[in-house]
Amino acid sequence: MSDTHTGALNHQFDSLEQQYAAANMGMWAFIIQEILFFGGLFGAYTVYRNEYHDAFVAGSHHLDIGLGTFNTVVLIGSSLTMALAVRCAQQGRKEGIFRWIIGTMILGAIFLGVKVIEYTEKYHHHLIPGPGFIWDGPDPGPMKIFYSLYFCMTGMHALHMVIGIGIMLWLLPKVRRGIYTNDYYTPIENFGLYWHFVDIVWIFLFPLLYLIGGRHH
Amino acid sequence: MSTATAAPPATNGHGETENFLTAGYGFKTWLLTLDHKRIGLLYLGCITVVFLMGGFFAGMIRAELMTPQGDLVGAETYNKMFTLHGVLMIFFFLIPSVPAVLGNFVLPIMIGAKDVAFPKLNLLSWYMYASGALLALLAMVLGGVDTGWTFYTPYSSTYANGYVALVVVGVFVNGFSSILTGLNFMVTVHKMRAPGMTWFRLPLFIWAQYATSMIMLLGTPVVAITLLLVVLERVLHIGIFDPRYGGDPILFQHMFWFYSHPAVYIMILPGFGVVSEIIACFSRKAIFGYSFVAFSSLAIAVLGFLVWGHHMFTTGQSMYASMVFSFITFFIAVPTAVKIFNWTATLYKGSISLKSPMLYALGFIGLFLIGGLTGLFLSTLGTDIHLHDTYFVVAHFHYVMVGGMVMAFLGGVHFWWPKMTGRMYPETLAKISAALVFVGFNLTFFPQFIMGYLGMPRRYHTYPPEFQVYHVMSTAGATVLGLGYVLLIAYLLWSVYKGPKAPANPWAAKGLEWNIPSPPVVTNFDTTPVVTWEPYPYEQPEEHPSDSQHAYPKKQEEHLV
Repeated sequence: MSDTHTGALNHQFDSLEQQYAAANMGMWAFIIQEILFFGGLFGAYTVYRNEYHDAFVAGSHHLDIGLGTFNTVVLIGSSLTMALAVRCAQQGRKEGIFRWIIGTMILGAIFLGVKVIEYTEKYHHHLIPGPGFIWDGPDPGPMKIFYSLYFCMTGMHALHMVIGIGIMLWLLPKVRRGIYTNDYYTPIENFGLYWHFVDIVWIFLFPLLYLIGGRHH
Repeated sequence: MSTATAAPPATNGHGETENFLTAGYGFKTWLLTLDHKRIGLLYLGCITVVFLMGGFFAGMIRAELMTPQGDLVGAETYNKMFTLHGVLMIFFFLIPSVPAVLGNFVLPIMIGAKDVAFPKLNLLSWYMYASGALLALLAMVLGGVDTGWTFYTPYSSTYANGYVALVVVGVFVNGFSSILTGLNFMVTVHKMRAPGMTWFRLPLFIWAQYATSMIMLLGTPVVAITLLLVVLERVLHIGIFDPRYGGDPILFQHMFWFYSHPAVYIMILPGFGVVSEIIACFSRKAIFGYSFVAFSSLAIAVLGFLVWGHHMFTTGQSMYASMVFSFITFFIAVPTAVKIFNWTATLYKGSISLKSPMLYALGFIGLFLIGGLTGLFLSTLGTDIHLHDTYFVVAHFHYVMVGGMVMAFLGGVHFWWPKMTGRMYPETLAKISAALVFVGFNLTFFPQFIMGYLGMPRRYHTYPPEFQVYHVMSTAGATVLGLGYVLLIAYLLWSVYKGPKAPANPWAAKGLEWNIPSPPVVTNFDTTPVVTWEPYPYEQPEEHPSDSQHAYPKKQEEHLV
């Protein structure tokens, strides 16, 4: 029965409108689920930041604010290119969708590249939580927790970006084949929602990890 | 609907109507199916296997506890047994039981849909469930875990023996199966209802499933990330739950119970839904106070997120936090009691027939009542200090989970069995089995209330001799209970091949699933039904389209198009 889909309408739906509404709601429900998923990490962060405030400030000062700011700008830019891709989809401009998705992928890749530079630097300073973690300053234990949270939160965020880039790679040939028109572009729009969500997670991560406690004192 | 046709349903060459079971044979047609009904049956097969394995461990536990000394197994093996019993029964049997089996099978039909909103996602959920279960199974074969099903740190991190990471990853993967199922059902209920199927015409089973989906969607991701942190803690020693680095093992308990207390309601709310359907059908009355029963499901789902701290009264959490948690826990008893009272009011002056699904439903009410009320003993701060971590707690949650959810699940399986398989099961054997389960269950777990109150702690393989009489009673009860389950599985399997053919509506029940043949055709409905009646129209049988035993297809065309 699954092979008898005609065009873009799947067998279980009565109309394209119903299918669009279901897919859209499904994506929002998925994003709510993601908020709770990251919420566990943000909860742990809140608890330990209150408990070990000084260690968290010291750890935060050790992060590269320049690279963090650069990445924030890159990621906001990628949200813009993604929004433009959705706009082109609404207007049925196939070439536009293709171009802006490529742009989004490039910006996403730049973000991940910068992240690799940051992680490598942490590795050389023995700040990867695990048996090799070394911190000479005060509070080595809480500092390890700060870096555990830093790597869990940014790592989980980066994983979402990698998945996002994978989905874009999967979308591109379909865009090229002209599957998406101004009547049917649900996957592009829903992927846009996902990408914006991943951006927003970073908008919270950046100040919470890089900017706490003021930079000069 | 565009595909409306007056042609008779296709036949399979034996003069029988083709249905979803005969639509294709062979493994591939099952393993690649997108049909919600087949996926439901795939889940049924898997959870039955898990139930038997979990039951085996329960049997070993009860056998060991026959005598005060540890003469069957040692402490470590015993720890592994109760851990695997808990992990299998909770994560891989109870949580998917009603939602994934019965929900998958009847939810789309009940709302007049051809399938769930995302059939591929539905199949993916089953694969995730199966792979999670296989990972847990692999860990069992390699040597098991001894942390308890709750994976409390530091048992699961610093002091862990066995394959904690493997089991935890299995539960993590299974968690995403649960999230995706919840997401799928939630969107399906919102977007796939047939014309005229308004929110307040939905069967109460759907309301219960909807509330359950809310919990699955909002709670499971938190335990998923928590378990991921445990794996990292175990593998890399990242320190988040390790006191050596200033980490807090209690934080794990908070994050774990934030999901796992709501998960307790995943393990009972769908059961409420099943019982509502059965009670209405076998007392031939509409459910008393429909909207109260519907909203009480949502109230339980919401309040369920605010009570996790009642698992932690003895951990040293703030006294004031404990008082708030205790109060909200008491408050949950209100919507729960609303349900019990409304079911009893439905029974009042109903024309009750004691068919086997009804026996399970009535058993459910009695046992769940005991389970629920003893929960109030435990939510009382003072008494909980005495009862915490004793057999009283074990008896309490078994009364809710087994006496409640398993009874409801079995009731639902019997109720919808003719629809699922197209066959009737032997009613007399079913009644005997229901009686064995009820008696065996009470004999197993009631003595545990007493010994728990007297101070027998849980999770020990040896105990002082004065508790032996209760343990012997409990083990005897478990034997009767096991006999009941084995009998049940045997006659249900027999009925699949040899049972008499089931009519479309053997119980003269209301609801869209009884308007279509047993078993249903692949697309459920030839034409999308239009609903013009209120839910549970048992009291006006003559006017309602689904009153006939042979409502399909003639009646359906008259009334539903």
